[in-house]
Amino acid sequence: MAKSSTEVAIEGLKRLLSDKEGLDDVAAVKIEKLTAELQEQDHEEEFDPVRRIKDGFIHFKTHHFDKCPAYYKKLAEEQHPKFLVFACSDSRVSPSYVLNFKPGEAFMCRNIANMVPAFNQLRYSGVGAVIEYAVKHLEVENILVIGHSRCGGIKALMSLPADGTTSNDFIDDWVKIGLPAKAKVESEWSHATFEEKCEHCEKESVDLSLVNLLSYPYVRAALANKALKLMGGYYDFVNGTFGLWKADFDIKPEIIIGSS
Amino acid sequence: MSTATISGWCLTSLSQPQSPQNKATLRPSISARLNSPASPAPPNLIQNKPVFAAPAPIITPTWREDMANGSYDEAVEGLRKLLREKASLEPVAAAKIDQITAQLKNSDGSSSPFDPVERMKTGFIYFKKEKYDKNPALHAELAKGQSPKFMVFACSDSRVCPSHVLDFQPGDAFVVRNVANMVPPYDKVKHTGVGSAVEYAVLHLKVEYIVVIGHSSCGGIKGLMSFPFDGTNSTDFIENWVKIGLPAKSKVLAEFPNLPFPEQCAYCEKEAVNVSLGNLLSYPFVREGLVKKTLGLKGGYYDFVKGTFELWGLEFGLSPSFSV
Repeated sequence: MAKSSTEVAIEGLKRLLSDKEGLDDVAAVKIEKLTAELQEQDHEEEFDPVRRIKDGFIHFKTHHFDKCPAYYKKLAEEQHPKFLVFACSDSRVSPSYVLNFKPGEAFMCRNIANMVPAFNQLRYSGVGAVIEYAVKHLEVENILVIGHSRCGGIKALMSLPADGTTSNDFIDDWVKIGLPAKAKVESEWSHATFEEKCEHCEKESVDLSLVNLLSYPYVRAALANKALKLMGGYYDFVNGTFGLWKADFDIKPEIIIGSS
Repeated sequence: MSTATISGWCLTSLSQPQSPQNKATLRPSISARLNSPASPAPPNLIQNKPVFAAPAPIITPTWREDMANGSYDEAVEGLRKLLREKASLEPVAAAKIDQITAQLKNSDGSSSPFDPVERMKTGFIYFKKEKYDKNPALHAELAKGQSPKFMVFACSDSRVCPSHVLDFQPGDAFVVRNVANMVPPYDKVKHTGVGSAVEYAVLHLKVEYIVVIGHSSCGGIKGLMSFPFDGTNSTDFIENWVKIGLPAKSKVLAEFPNLPFPEQCAYCEKEAVNVSLGNLLSYPFVREGLVKKTLGLKGGYYDFVKGTFELWGLEFGLSPSFSV
């Protein structure tokens, strides 16, 4: 078999190294670097999205869908999720993964920085439609808003310039939903570092979203009927922890104040 | 169950106030996290194993749920014998028997109603033990940053999570989920939610592919096909949102006017994906990525009735201009 071009080249290099003293180390470093670069290139060229999606679906089909036909058949007829979950679009924080939700358990809304804006039919019909459908039609029993560590959206919010100028088309405008949370953080932890403020804001913004949920009449009605619970969560993937808290909104019956 | 800081888990009780400052505000009281604002960040995992070990039977001096000493008849006879000797226990016994009857009526036979907190606790502990702790290198890398190759639009439907259906692992896909997996056209007033996600994914994360995935029996698409859209809205938001897909409805009604409604819906579910793919082209950074070939667009359809997945692509290019 004829020698490959790589073998020929290697032989040429070997001859040089035997002729000239002291080049071995330099040559070793350069060859290692070349190997790493070629590996990376090879890896990148290999990525085939169609194959990745195909493999992913086949995995799901064989390990889950085909293994529980009765479960999936029932699910195909109707969904009765007990949760509505708001989570960030971040690739690292899928609630199905982090909280091990199975198909059928959680109706999910994912957007930048897991924001729930207040009721606004013009600007926020996307989130409004999710809440209206989940609470009024699916009658979910729990709404969970999950924030997370190292959130790019919250970082953008904390980095917004004070003069209100924006540097992008959409991102700044969207994360401004969280301005009340940012204001609270700036006033309460004014001496914290930027990273610490971001972490506080990640949690404060969850609380803000929980409060914004109250601006939707169907949420208020379900809370008054004690048919709905609101909860906040925080997934810290740096430390591998999950914090969970309940939000208690109790609207008590009226007391008639008699006239004197 | 203790509410103290357990390594790997923080759970607060309802009674702890968040901080003294909150009492002055008009906000309804929100129960505090265990770590108050003044305290340091939650502790790192102290012991490298989950706090709750594999479920062990609850050892109590009295009965275990699944073990009876004798048959049901023998148990009832034993109770009757006791009540003959101590008649004063009758009312209490009657109430408790009613309670047992009610408990057993639960469809799954469990003796306690659904507890969402317990469900999430179990879920996270499973993830921590089986995924997070078993892949420390992966999660350490992910903690530094994400570089997903995919951006995925999927419906909020509880049955179609891309983590399940396409087995996406942490770090694989930047995911947007909304009713009927819609991508509205570029609009700085009405659609900053989707706009910000597309902008972030394409310009900052530099994803390589945007995939829009529709699915069978979609409630949002069914709404789109059902609502009259004659100016009278019967919903606050849903109609205004799903009308993004109106071009798909028009196409389906024009091409298949005589098909039964469920089949028209199925066609609309797929056609709406194409409408969304077309709407993606209205974002300048998407067009630029497509022309430079740094970005690709794909459409998908998950049929959970048949158990199938279809995938297709959208080609887009601009030929070089020439002076006429």
